[in-house]
Amino acid sequence: MKSLEVALRALRESGTTALVPYFMAGATPDWIQHVAAAVHGGANAVEIGIPFSDPMMDGPVIQRAAERALAAGTTLESVCTELSGADLGVPLIAMTYYNLFHHRGLVRSTGLLSGAGVRGAIVPDLTIEESQEWREACAATDIATIFLVAPSTTAERFARLAAATEGFCYASARMAVTGRAEGGGDAQAVVASVRATSDVPTYVGIGITTARQAHDAARFSDGIIVGSALVETILNGATPADTEEFVSKFRHAIDQ
Amino acid sequence: MNQPPLYMDRPSPAGHFGDFGGRFVPEALMPACLELESAFVDAWSDPAFLEEYRTVLSEFAGRPTPITYLGRFSKQFGVEVYAKREDLAHTGSHKINNVVGQTLLTRRMGKTRVIAETGAGQHGVATATAAARLGLECTVFMGELDTQRQALNVFRMELLGSRVVAVTSGSRTLKDAVNEAMREWVTCVSDTHYCLGSVMGPHPFPWMVREFQSIIGVEAHDQLTRRGVATPDVVVACVGGGSNAAGIFAGFANTSARLVGVEAAGGAAVTNGSPGVLHGMRSMLIQDEQGQIEEAHSISAGLDYPGIGPEHAHLAASGRAEYVGIGDEDVLVALQTLSELEGIIPALESAHAVAWIMQEAGRAIPRGASVLLNLSGRGDKDVAQVREILRGRQ
Repeated sequence: MKSLEVALRALRESGTTALVPYFMAGATPDWIQHVAAAVHGGANAVEIGIPFSDPMMDGPVIQRAAERALAAGTTLESVCTELSGADLGVPLIAMTYYNLFHHRGLVRSTGLLSGAGVRGAIVPDLTIEESQEWREACAATDIATIFLVAPSTTAERFARLAAATEGFCYASARMAVTGRAEGGGDAQAVVASVRATSDVPTYVGIGITTARQAHDAARFSDGIIVGSALVETILNGATPADTEEFVSKFRHAIDQ
Repeated sequence: MNQPPLYMDRPSPAGHFGDFGGRFVPEALMPACLELESAFVDAWSDPAFLEEYRTVLSEFAGRPTPITYLGRFSKQFGVEVYAKREDLAHTGSHKINNVVGQTLLTRRMGKTRVIAETGAGQHGVATATAAARLGLECTVFMGELDTQRQALNVFRMELLGSRVVAVTSGSRTLKDAVNEAMREWVTCVSDTHYCLGSVMGPHPFPWMVREFQSIIGVEAHDQLTRRGVATPDVVVACVGGGSNAAGIFAGFANTSARLVGVEAAGGAAVTNGSPGVLHGMRSMLIQDEQGQIEEAHSISAGLDYPGIGPEHAHLAASGRAEYVGIGDEDVLVALQTLSELEGIIPALESAHAVAWIMQEAGRAIPRGASVLLNLSGRGDKDVAQVREILRGRQ
C-alpha cells in the first residue's frame, strides 16, 4: 500500500474527516506560501495543480489560474523544484492532465514528482483503460494514482475504479467541470456506490464551494476537496493569511 | 502466406489505430462513450438504419456528389485531375455526411439535443441543419475569433434554430471550441449527444466519423471505375482533424493509390508535431517542449487545429499515407487559379489540396498521372475574407 493511503486511512481511524484544498501552482508568485497557510489552517493534504494549456475538466476559475501560471513561466520542473525546497508537513498530490507526463515520458515524470515529495497524482483525462503504463511507472515509486468516479459511473466501473484507486477515491458530486457546480448534488449516492464495493477512503469534490456544503458532505464521506472557490479568492488578491482563514473556516465546519 | 495489412479497418476494441487513438476523457464521460460505441455498432449493422442514412443523404443532402474532370486545370499542370465534388453537397461541404449519421444516431439513442464544435462554421452549419431536420435542440461552440472571421455562418446557424456560443478561452479558435463542448457535454450527457465534427476525439468518434464519411471514397471509387480510371495514381485531400481525407482515403486505402493529406503549414501536426494526448485521443500534436499545446495558425479557420485524427497519425507512422504542409500564400493562389480555370471557387481548406497539386505536378506527381482531388467544400463562406486580403494588397 502506498504511503498516501496508509496516512489517509490512519487519519480516518483517528476520526478526522480530511480537508484537501487545491492550489494552482504558479498562479501567483506566493502560491507556495498559500499552501503553507492552508496547512496551518487545518488542511490534511494538498492538491497541487500543474497548469496545462487545455484543461478539459476545469471551469473558468481554474482555467484562468492556469493561464496566469503558464504566462508566468510555470512548468512541471519549476513546480517540482519549488516543492522540493518546501517542508509543508502534509501529503502533496499533483493534479494535471496526462499530456504533461506523456510528453516527458512516464518514468521521468514520476521521478520528478517523487523527487519533489509528491505522493499522489490525479490525472482526470487518464481513464482506467489507458492507465496501465502510468501505473507501471508509479509502481516503482511511492506515488498513488487516484481515480475519479462520477454520478454517471456504472456499477461495474465503480467496482473497478474503487479497486484500482490508491490513497482515496475522488467522488465527483456533480456532472460538471470544476467550479461550475453549486452544492453537493449526488455526492451521497456516489460515495455509497464506492462504499458498496470497497473500504478505500472516499473524498467528495466538484461542487463544494461553501463551508456549509463541506459540513454536509463531511457527514457521509471521508474527506472534502475544495478547489475553485479557494483559487478564485487567490486570483482576486487574497493573502496567505486570508487563505489560512478560508481553510480554517472549512476545517471548523467539517469538524462541527 | 503473409497477408498484406488491411488499412482503415476497425480499430482495436479499445479504439486504437496502432499506437494512436484510445480514450482519454474524464470518467464522467466514459459511460457516454461506451453507450455511443454500442449504439453505433448496433446501428451500423442494422439494414433499416443504413437504409434511412442513405435515403437522407440522397434525398436531403444531394448525394451522390459528381466527379468533375478538371480539363483546363489538368492541361495547364500536365496531370489528369478529377475532383470529387463535396462542395455540391447540401450546406456546401462533406460535413453533412457525418451529421446526418450522428443525428439519426442521436434520435436512436433517445437523446433530444446535440452540441457541436465548429471552426470555420461548416460543421456547425451542417449540425444545425441536420438538427433542424429532426427537431433536435442544437448548441454550437465556436471560438470567438472564428465567430468574427465567419460571421455569416453564425447567422446561418441561428437561422436554422441553433444557439451559437462564442468561446473566449485560450486561443479562441477550434481547439478551445472542442474544450468547451467537452465541458458542456459533462453537464448534460444524459439527454445530449456530442456531435463531433471530425475523425478525432475519444473512441468511437474517429472510427464512427470515418465510417460516416467513407461514402465519399466508396462513391468516388465506383465513379472513377465507370470512367475507366480503376485506381487513380494519387488521392489528395486537405487535413485539419481529417474527416474529408479519411472519407476519401477509405475508398482507396487498400489499392495502389498514393494517399496524400495536406495540412496547413501553420498547423501541420504530422510534419511538425509529436505524439501527445488531447481531446480524448493520443495522436500527433503541435506542442512546445513543455507539452503545452500550441496554437495553430492558418488562413482557413477549418484547419486551425493543432492535432490530427489518430487514424491519420497511424497511416503516417505506417507509411501508408503521407502528409505535407502548404502555406497560406500558395492557398490563395490555388483558390484563384481553380476559380479562373474551372469555374469552381473552393473553400480555403480544400484549396490546400489544390495548391499541393499545383506545386508537385511534374515533380512528386509524374506528368500524366491521374489525381483524385477531394474538393471538400465550396468557397462561398470565404469570399469576404479573401476579398479583404487581396484588397489590402492593391
